[in-house]
Amino acid sequence: MSVPLPPPRRLVELTVDGAPVRVPAGATILDACGGAGQDIPTLCYGDTLTPKNACRVCVVEVEGSRTLVPACSRKAEAGMVVGTSTERARHSRKIVLELLASSADLSATPGAAGWIEEYDARPARFGAQAATVEQPVKVDNDLYVRDYGKCILCYKCVDACGEQWQNTFAIGVAGRGFDATISTEYDAPLTDSACVYCGNCVEVCPTGALSFKSEFDMRAAGTWEESRQTRTTTICSYCGVGCNLTLHVQDNQIVKVTSPHDNPVTHGNLCIKGRFGYQHVQNVRPEPPARPAPEAPQDALASGSDVPRAASGSRSPGSAP
Amino acid sequence: MKKNRAEHYDRLTHPLVREDGVLRRATWEEALDRAAEGFRRNIGRHGPDAFAMLSCARSTNEMNYVAQKFTRVVAGTNNVDSCNRTCHAPSVAGLSAAFGSGGGTSSYQEVEDADVIVLWGSAARDAHPIFFHHVLKGVHKGARMFAVDPRRTGTAQWADRWLGLNVGTDIPLAHAVAREIIHAGLRNTAFIERATTGYEEFAASVEPWTLTAAEQVTGVPAEAIRELAHTYARADRAQLCWTLGITEHHNATDNVRALINLSLLTGHVGRYGSGLSPLRGQNNVQGGGDMGAIPNRLPGFQDILDPVIRARFERAWQVPIQPRYGLNLTEMLEAMAEGEVTTCYLIGENPVQSEADSLSCVKRLSMLDHLVVQDIFLTKTAQMADVVLPAGAAWCESDGTFTNSERRVQRVRQAITPPGEARDDIWILCALARRLGHDWNHDSAEQVWDEVRALSPAHTGMTYQRLADLQGIQWPCPSEDGLEPPFLHGRLWESDPARRGPAAPFAVLRHSPPVDLLDEEYPLRLTTGRTLDSYNTGVQSSGFASPLRQGERVQLSPEDAARLGLAEGEKARISSRRGSVVAPVHIDPGLRPGLVFMTMHFPDEVDTNALTIEATCPIAGTAEFKAAAVRVDRLVPAQAG
Repeated sequence: MSVPLPPPRRLVELTVDGAPVRVPAGATILDACGGAGQDIPTLCYGDTLTPKNACRVCVVEVEGSRTLVPACSRKAEAGMVVGTSTERARHSRKIVLELLASSADLSATPGAAGWIEEYDARPARFGAQAATVEQPVKVDNDLYVRDYGKCILCYKCVDACGEQWQNTFAIGVAGRGFDATISTEYDAPLTDSACVYCGNCVEVCPTGALSFKSEFDMRAAGTWEESRQTRTTTICSYCGVGCNLTLHVQDNQIVKVTSPHDNPVTHGNLCIKGRFGYQHVQNVRPEPPARPAPEAPQDALASGSDVPRAASGSRSPGSAP
Repeated sequence: MKKNRAEHYDRLTHPLVREDGVLRRATWEEALDRAAEGFRRNIGRHGPDAFAMLSCARSTNEMNYVAQKFTRVVAGTNNVDSCNRTCHAPSVAGLSAAFGSGGGTSSYQEVEDADVIVLWGSAARDAHPIFFHHVLKGVHKGARMFAVDPRRTGTAQWADRWLGLNVGTDIPLAHAVAREIIHAGLRNTAFIERATTGYEEFAASVEPWTLTAAEQVTGVPAEAIRELAHTYARADRAQLCWTLGITEHHNATDNVRALINLSLLTGHVGRYGSGLSPLRGQNNVQGGGDMGAIPNRLPGFQDILDPVIRARFERAWQVPIQPRYGLNLTEMLEAMAEGEVTTCYLIGENPVQSEADSLSCVKRLSMLDHLVVQDIFLTKTAQMADVVLPAGAAWCESDGTFTNSERRVQRVRQAITPPGEARDDIWILCALARRLGHDWNHDSAEQVWDEVRALSPAHTGMTYQRLADLQGIQWPCPSEDGLEPPFLHGRLWESDPARRGPAAPFAVLRHSPPVDLLDEEYPLRLTTGRTLDSYNTGVQSSGFASPLRQGERVQLSPEDAARLGLAEGEKARISSRRGSVVAPVHIDPGLRPGLVFMTMHFPDEVDTNALTIEATCPIAGTAEFKAAAVRVDRLVPAQAG
C-alpha cells in the first residue's frame, strides 16, 4: 500500500523571447516566462486561485494568434513562440495600466509605480474629468478595511471568499459595467453580512483595496514602514490543525499576519483567530514611569497590591490540612 | 464596534511570590529559589510522588520534552500530564489500544481525495476552519459528507446527510451502522480475517442494535443510519473524523473504539485516502503526548512499562525511572484532595476554569502545600499560586516545533521578544533544575530537539533543516534519507504475516448513557463547545476585537424557548445539580427540542463549567463536558394573567 502518484508529466518545449524553455505539460505561459527569467506584470493572477483573466496586464504575443493572450491562464504548448516584450504587447500593457490607474488608486499596489514608468503609461492624459471609482473608505469593524477607491475588480476576493477557498460567499459583484462593485449582500456593513473575518480576501487583494485595520491605521499615521519589518513564519496556537502564520513585525509588535501560499496545510488561508487573534501576546500594561529597580521592596509591594485576590479567596501557603 | 469585547488579560512581565497571603513582585532569583525550595521540601518530606507536573499543550515539543524530563529526572516521578486529558486523551488511548500508536492515521490531503467523509461529533467548520477547507475541497470534488452531531452546525449545513443523534448515543449509532454493514454483506472479509481479531464476538455484540432499536435510542431515522452504513462501507476511500463530541464523555475511549470498529469492519484504515482522524483542539496536544508529557509514555510515545525502553532512557538520563505509570490530571486532582500530591508545577494551564466542576478544582488546588504556576497571564489558576513565573508565548516568542493533527512536526520560530522580564519556558525549567542539583543548560531549542531525535525513533529523521525545507514532516520519520507514507498502519494490508505485525482487535462495547440523568427537575440536556472566533477559556481570544463575538449565551431550540416563555436576549438562570449561572438567551433553530448549548469562552462572566459534571472516562480520564442535565428558568416569574 502506498501513495498514488499522479501520472508523469511530459515536458513541453517552447520559445520565449527567442530562447528555448521547457516546462511540464499543463504549465502556463506565465510559468514558462518565470522559468525564462522574464518578469511579466500581473494583478488579477493569484498563485492560489484559478485565473480570472480580468486585468489583461499580463498579455503577451503568441505567434499565429490573432489576439494577445493572457500569460497567466494560457497553457504553454509545444512549439509555441511567445514574445513578452513585443511592441504590440507593450502597447497593450501601457493602455491597460493607463485605464486602471486613471480610474482606481494604485498607490498601494506593489509594483504599479515601476510598471507605469517602464511602459511609459500616462494615466493623467484622460484629464481630470476621467471617471474614477473614488469613494469613501469603508471602516465598519476593528479587523479590516475596504477602500474600494483602490479596487480594480479583479475578483480575487470574491473567489477566495467563495468556492475556491472559504466558501462563505459574503461578497459578490453587484452592478454592471463601470458601476460594477464588490459588495456584500444589499451592500450591508460587514458586521451585518455573512463575513466570518478570515481575512482570506485581504490575503489575495493585489491593490490594497482590502487591508488589515492595523496596517490601514499605521499607514494613516505615517508609521507603516515595510522596510523595517521582519517576516517570521511560525505556527498558530489556536487549534491542532497547525496553520503556518507569517508574522510581520515592526518594533517588536505584530502588525500583520499572512500565511505562505505554498504551505500544504493552509495554502495561504487562515481563520479569524489565526489572522487576527495575536493581540493577547502584546497586551502589556505600561510600566509606571521612573521605574525603580525591580529589587526595591516598596515597588514590589505596590505592584503586588494590583494583583486580584486569589480565586479561592483563602489560598495561602501551608493551608493544607 | 467594541460592545462585545470581553475584559482582556495583560501579560505577566515579572515574577510574583506570595507573601502574607498576597502575590507581590519578586526578582527571578527570589522566585526561582522559592519555587525550587518548595519542591525540595515536599519531595523530601513525602517522596517524589508528592510532586505533579502539568505540562503545556500550547508550548513546543522541546519544552514538553524538558518538562517531562524535569518530572522524571529532577522530581523522580511519572506524575506528568496536560490538558490533553480534557480533550483527546481517549483518542490516543483508543487508537493505541487498536493499532499500538496514538496518532490520527491520515493526512489532510487524503481528506481532499476521499469519496466519503464522516465528521462525527465535530463542528470543524467553526472549530477547525482550515481543516474544513480540505473537507470542502473533497466535497467540491464529489465526496459525500455525513455530519453526525446533536446540533445542526455549520458543518452539518455542508453535509449530504445530517444525523442528529441524542447526546451520548454514539455507541448505539455506531453499533447499528456496524450491524447493517454486516447484514448487508458489505464487510471487508479479507481485511477482517487477515488484519483483525475478535470479529465474531464483536458481530454478536452489535446484533441487538437493529435499525429500529437504534432509531429509538439515538433519535436518528433508521433510513439515515442505513444510508451512512452503506455509503461508508461501499466507498473506495473513506475518512472518519471526530472531535470532542466523541471524546468529552464519561465513556469516551469506548466511543473512540466504536468508531475504530467501523474502520476495521470495512478496511477503511491503512490505505491512502482511508483512515481515522481525531482533530486535536490545541496547537501541540499531539506533540505534548509524543514528547512523553503524559504519565504512561516516554518520549516517542514509548511505553514506560517496557524494560528495554526504560533502560535506554535510564542510560541517557543517568537516573532510574519508576517502572509504573504516574497519575493523570484527573487522578492528580483527586490525589491533591487526599493529600498525596502536595506540590504542583503547572505550566500554561488554567484548570480552575477549564476543568469540569470548577469549584471542586479550586478546592483541590487550594489544599496544596506549594503551587508554582508558569504562564503568560495571571490566570485564575495563577492567582492561587505561591510562585508565578512569567513565560514567553511559545508560538511567537520561542523557537521549537509543534506537531499538528496530521502528525506533522513543524517549526515554530521566535518573531518577537517577550515583554518585561518574561523568559522562555526552557530557560525557566533549566534554572529550576540547576537549583535542584541537575546541571542543565540548553543553549538552543535545536539542542533539545537533537536529544529527542536520539531517543525517539519516530523523530530521528527530522532535523531542523529538513523540517524547514519540507514545510514539516509527518511522523514516523526514522531516517534522514527518506519519508514514510502520509498514512499510518499500511502494514495491516501486507500479505506476509511477519510484516503485517500485530492484528488490530475489535472492541466489544456496551452502551452507557450520560451519567447526569435527565429528570423532571433537570429536563434539558446541556452540551458545550466552541465558537468560531473564541478559544477555550477565552484568555487568548479576549485579546482581540472580534465583530462576531456575542459573549456567553444559553442557546435553546425555538420549541423550548416558547415553552419556557423565553425571548431572545432575555436573561435566564441555568442550573444543574452542581451549580447555577445566569446568561442571556439565544434561540438557535439548529438545536432540537431538549438540547441546550453553551460555550466555555467567557468563564469570568458565565462559568459554564460550574454546571458540567466531572464524570470521567475510567480509561482516559476525560470528563463529560458534553452532557449535563440542566434546567432553564426565567429570572422574573411570568406576570400573572
